[in-house]
Amino acid sequence: MQMRGLVDTHPALGLTFSLDPSHTPWKERLESLLQTGVRAGADLVEVFLERTDHLGVLAEQERITSVSPSFGMGAGIRVFLGHRDGFVSTNDLSASGLTQALDQALAMLELEHNALLPDSGFQGLHQLKDFGADKDSWLTNSPDLSEITQRLLEGTARLDQFGRHLEVRRGSFSRDWQEVLVAASDGTFSRDIRLHQSSGLSVLAADGEHRASIARRFGSSDRPDDLREWDVDAAANEVCNSAASMLRADYVDGGQMPVVLANRFGGVIFHEACGHLLETTQVERGTTPFADQVGETIANPAVTAIDEGLSNGAFGSLSMDDEGMESQSTVLIEQGVLKRFLSDRAGELRTGHARTGSGRRQNHGFAAASRMRNTYIAAGPHSTDDLIESVDSGLYCKSMGGGSVGPTGQFNFSVEEGYIIENGQLGRAVKGATLIGEAKEVMPRISMCANDLDLAAGYCGSVSGSIFVTVGQPHIKVDSITVGGR
Amino acid sequence: MTNAPLNVKDLRDQLHTLATREGIHQWDLGASRGMNASVQVDRGEAKQMKAAQRSSITLRVWNEKGLVGVTSTSDLSPDGLEKALSGAYQASFFGNAGDIPGFSPLATAPIPELDRPLKAAQSIQTLLCTLKEVECELLAKHSAIETVPYNGLSEGSSERIYLNSDGALRHMQRTQASLYLYARAEEKGRKPRSGGAVRVALGSSDLDLTGCINEAADRTISHLNYQPIDTGRYLVCFTPEAFLDLLGAFSSMMNARSILDGVSLNNKDSLGQQIAVPFFNLHDNGLHPAHVGAASFDGEGTPTKRLCLIGNGKLENLLHSEATARQFGVKPTGHAGLGAKVSVGPDWFEVSHSNGMSSSADHLDHRHEQNTFVLIESLNALHAGVKASQGAFSLPFDGWLVKNGERISVEAATIAGDIRDVLNGIVHLEHDTVVTHQGVSPHVWIDGLAITGEA
Repeated sequence: MQMRGLVDTHPALGLTFSLDPSHTPWKERLESLLQTGVRAGADLVEVFLERTDHLGVLAEQERITSVSPSFGMGAGIRVFLGHRDGFVSTNDLSASGLTQALDQALAMLELEHNALLPDSGFQGLHQLKDFGADKDSWLTNSPDLSEITQRLLEGTARLDQFGRHLEVRRGSFSRDWQEVLVAASDGTFSRDIRLHQSSGLSVLAADGEHRASIARRFGSSDRPDDLREWDVDAAANEVCNSAASMLRADYVDGGQMPVVLANRFGGVIFHEACGHLLETTQVERGTTPFADQVGETIANPAVTAIDEGLSNGAFGSLSMDDEGMESQSTVLIEQGVLKRFLSDRAGELRTGHARTGSGRRQNHGFAAASRMRNTYIAAGPHSTDDLIESVDSGLYCKSMGGGSVGPTGQFNFSVEEGYIIENGQLGRAVKGATLIGEAKEVMPRISMCANDLDLAAGYCGSVSGSIFVTVGQPHIKVDSITVGGR
Repeated sequence: MTNAPLNVKDLRDQLHTLATREGIHQWDLGASRGMNASVQVDRGEAKQMKAAQRSSITLRVWNEKGLVGVTSTSDLSPDGLEKALSGAYQASFFGNAGDIPGFSPLATAPIPELDRPLKAAQSIQTLLCTLKEVECELLAKHSAIETVPYNGLSEGSSERIYLNSDGALRHMQRTQASLYLYARAEEKGRKPRSGGAVRVALGSSDLDLTGCINEAADRTISHLNYQPIDTGRYLVCFTPEAFLDLLGAFSSMMNARSILDGVSLNNKDSLGQQIAVPFFNLHDNGLHPAHVGAASFDGEGTPTKRLCLIGNGKLENLLHSEATARQFGVKPTGHAGLGAKVSVGPDWFEVSHSNGMSSSADHLDHRHEQNTFVLIESLNALHAGVKASQGAFSLPFDGWLVKNGERISVEAATIAGDIRDVLNGIVHLEHDTVVTHQGVSPHVWIDGLAITGEA
């Protein structure tokens, strides 16, 4: 270890071994493990290996107040028998550690390591599909700590320059690097390297009794230069303008009303209201109202919705999913008609919906599940003004906060920056709005889509943990929805 | 899965050797290791069985300039430890000179003895059989209950260590089990409704299965008869669970770290000020006998203790780490994490009525009240609908409109307000406190909260 007097400001530090089969005999080790699993009677065995390297940095006012590197490794072993599965995760990647984890997963399904069938039918792993072959340099090409801290301090300085009444100014950055290797007894053998970077600015503005907290977060995948290319001025301007509008805003009067939702993060409405209900995990649970409605109209004909993992640099993009399947584009709804569900390996097994490259997980501690990637409503024919002008009295939701959906399909999300619409014109700023509804009722009420589709990065927490996603839409109009307020 | 405990001595010796070799004189470390098994079922069949073994360490070092760096890893091998030390050292050169954490002065003080016997784990097949029976019993409670889409029975063991270069050494082990059941019910021509319950215990054999089944069934059935509610202002009664959730979402009011960061509703001068009605008390008590997940020390090794946060409505104390306590001139309170910028958080809230103080509406009792009120069962989406630094909340909720003692479930509504108005607008704390899995509180009454419904 060379540390004294030689400070390496690049935090690519924690990688004590490689998952690259060209460096380590992983193929042989994994084939042995998979062979053991299927000879014990399993229908299918899947092994997910990962290494991770995370860095989080926080700037407050003119100081860097937190630098938090972490690194890790682990394995998730999943065994299927009929429609059941057993899943074991471990930090121990030694041969004995993996064997022990497999034994435990087999035992969950009352299979025994030693009760070996004479012929497993396992043909060995296919040739490696190495989606990470040209990505080895990503981590070292991403900004080092000096660059990151300078950039964040530049951000908080811009906030100070552009904003007024700002009591707190924060800039944050996180970088998640992940190397994964997936092997399954159907021959799947795939490796990938992922790089997700996210930067954000936030402020707390205060003037007497008035307070407003505003945040914006930006994110990308597979772009080592993303932080370097980040338009800090534009981001700081957007945050400060929003804070200025909301500082003295009144609380919104609640009720039923038409709303116009802005593009980009406005797409959280589709994500929460409908997207989750089109995951096969919801079909398995019996918690989606759309389970038997493929081919039927479930939304207004103005709505076409897509989920894909292919958009270049988008936060939810993937070369392969966490089950080793190449990414795809999946049309979920076409002109109001339900076309497909998002499906993973277990979803295909239990619901019959073919896999869509949507098996995702936060890390090795979670079994993969059908999850969204980049999900958005397609652009329509209208201008944004058309939508605003069509509303006599309603709410314009310029910026959205987070949301969620419950077990009966009731969804909600908060509005961070809102404006009253009166007689087709934008009026005063309002705060404190929460939109709630049910997918079956709201989807037919999305009556107009503008021509300004744009995407925004976000995090989605669900059954297989917190994952990187993109939401998106053009400006859309919902004819009527419950707006919670005071 | 093996249950070999962390080898504290080995860990300390390895770290001491590595740090000495590199000339690092001050360091501390938090380590944890856990094992867990869980099962889920779906209409009588096993759905998923899971087990996990996790280990991690967080290592802090102070460099020759006195600045602090930190690194976390799940790699507890000698190589992993060496890399973590190297990473923490590198990060220390970006440490915050304006706010340098130190060792807690209480890191070697005696810690409280917790009466939490370790329970032997049952086999995963036993857990599965138990959960199948539980699900079957719940489904049989009412013909409208068709599925229990969210369910799980889990148990596990964990251990934690804190040690530092001054010789502090903390070590604790615990076991914990939980059962959650969220049922879905649907009657013909009506919308699906749901309700649920949670139980925790030291071991799976100690779980109150019957209580959990009955509560999940009662709650689900109670929502079958639902109606939209008129938008307006209502007399509201929060169940203990709902009120504790709301308090937890605004715990930055009592958090010294948040005050120093400027994101709390309170400031350094708020101590001693009236921030709630005079009959309101709030303690943080991580040692409460019902707190299954109790820990005897925090991330910095400071002993856990019962702390009065709000007494007779006045802000009495704040939650502290070592660094915040030093800035306020008090002792750490046992609420710290471990990091370069140490986080501070609450442990286990106890809401109670101040001795000798009476409320303005002492007659209110959610079981007998005949006047119209809204009973809030649970608040949803707190992560999205709470603006902690502004005091505002606007949250979807599950609950009932109670008229003449009759409960009608509320369909799709939100409740909104300001936490300062809530705390100063409490009209009554019921006499009976309820121990929940997240704290202790009575039912809490507040008048005039805004509710938006679909009617």
